Amino acid sequence: MGTFFDAFRFMVDHLGLLGNGALRTFVLSAAAMGVSMAVALPLGLWLGHLHRGSLVAINLSNVGRALPSLAVISINLALLGLGFLNVMVALVIVAIPSLLTNAYVAVDGVDREAVAAARGMGMRPWQVFSRVEFPLAVPLLFAGARTASIYVVGTATLASIAGGGGLGDIIFNQASYGLPGVVAAAIWVAAMALAVDLGLGAVQRLLTPRGLRAEPDAPVVGPPAAGTSGASPAGERLEPAATAVAR
Amino acid sequence: MLAQTVIPDFGGGGACVTQNRTFCWDWFSAHWGDTFQPALLQHLALTGIAVGIGFAIAFSCALVAHRRAWFERPFSGVSGLLYTIPSIALFQLLVPVPGFGLTWVTAEVALVSYTLLIIFRNVLTGLREVPVEAREAATGMGFTPRQTLWRVEVPLALPAIVAGVRVATVTVISLATVAAYIIDAGLGAPIFHAQQTTFKTEFIAAGVLAVALALVADGLLVALQRGLTPWARRRAA
Repeated sequence: MGTFFDAFRFMVDHLGLLGNGALRTFVLSAAAMGVSMAVALPLGLWLGHLHRGSLVAINLSNVGRALPSLAVISINLALLGLGFLNVMVALVIVAIPSLLTNAYVAVDGVDREAVAAARGMGMRPWQVFSRVEFPLAVPLLFAGARTASIYVVGTATLASIAGGGGLGDIIFNQASYGLPGVVAAAIWVAAMALAVDLGLGAVQRLLTPRGLRAEPDAPVVGPPAAGTSGASPAGERLEPAATAVAR
Repeated sequence: MLAQTVIPDFGGGGACVTQNRTFCWDWFSAHWGDTFQPALLQHLALTGIAVGIGFAIAFSCALVAHRRAWFERPFSGVSGLLYTIPSIALFQLLVPVPGFGLTWVTAEVALVSYTLLIIFRNVLTGLREVPVEAREAATGMGFTPRQTLWRVEVPLALPAIVAGVRVATVTVISLATVAAYIIDAGLGAPIFHAQQTTFKTEFIAAGVLAVALALVADGLLVALQRGLTPWARRRAA
């Protein structure tokens, strides 16, 4: 247990080092989330709006969940070498499945009667999407972003073996920082993942339309009960994609 | 152990190895027996043990939570917390704990902790989605609560339970590659080793094997899920 004591002393002594590492990991993760969302959300929302391509949209997350991210980084190391491109490709591959699948399921699963009512009121397809489907899809959409960002933070840590930098550099370099340094960085990574999760969870609750706030205590983050039917109303539906990639 | 066997011989190997080309099939097949096959088997063992223990814990706890609803929140809370911690951080956090160190125990404890939330939630959801009519019919036939559980509720919850095992298995296969950083076993071991030598063939061989193992395991478990619960096929989207 002395190691943990030393780890806290390391944190005090090397606050700048850990802070810089955390910042770098965070910026890298945020950039990867930005790229992934720019790719996955429009596609997922559009397919969901059309109720098309469910096979691809849903199976992608199954395949994505099965991809060990360390293996992806490893293969990239041979094909792309060390560096930013490798890291970014790995992070985007980790993030896209749960984003795309949740975006699809979120819009696809919007109550058809609400959509029919909107059409009956004379809304155009774009208005139906922007005023009805999208707001109702927000909670699930956000759940996907939350899941994805936790995996991205974990993978960004792993990605330091491919030159990603950040807190992973400390975790993977016991020779320089000693076990207390490694443990200190591990504590920071864990705290960062939990903070991202809690922060996004809070935003998710704020963004949820009032009518959908059925359950007082929102489900804990993590994977859904996969394989169960999605018959429950939109607000309490579990995430469809447990994209548990090596984090 | 692996380190001695897999150091690529940049000097004495064929042209492919000495030039570190993208993939040298000869090297791979020459080292299948001493490196990749053992790593694959270790990976399967790591995964099997973790999913087995994780299932035992999570299934029992889900049964408790099914009877006593208050138990759900603390268990979900703790397992959700564990689930959120990135794997490399969790492994390293467990290493200094007395009695753990760089051992399989450490690796398995971390891997088991990632299965808990997945299996617990799936089992509990499966049990709760059992139609009330089925339960009432069982009571009407004179089943005791225990008989109702094992003969009606658990069988009807099987699709969700197997789905949980499937997700947990694939998750553990993925995370077990990271475990190699502390125990030098499994398919992550050649990856971390290749990192020292930058030998491309080893990167690709270990990476592709890990991806293939995860996809094959996923496919087999889907087949198992369908085989065990033929009545659920209509429901499965």
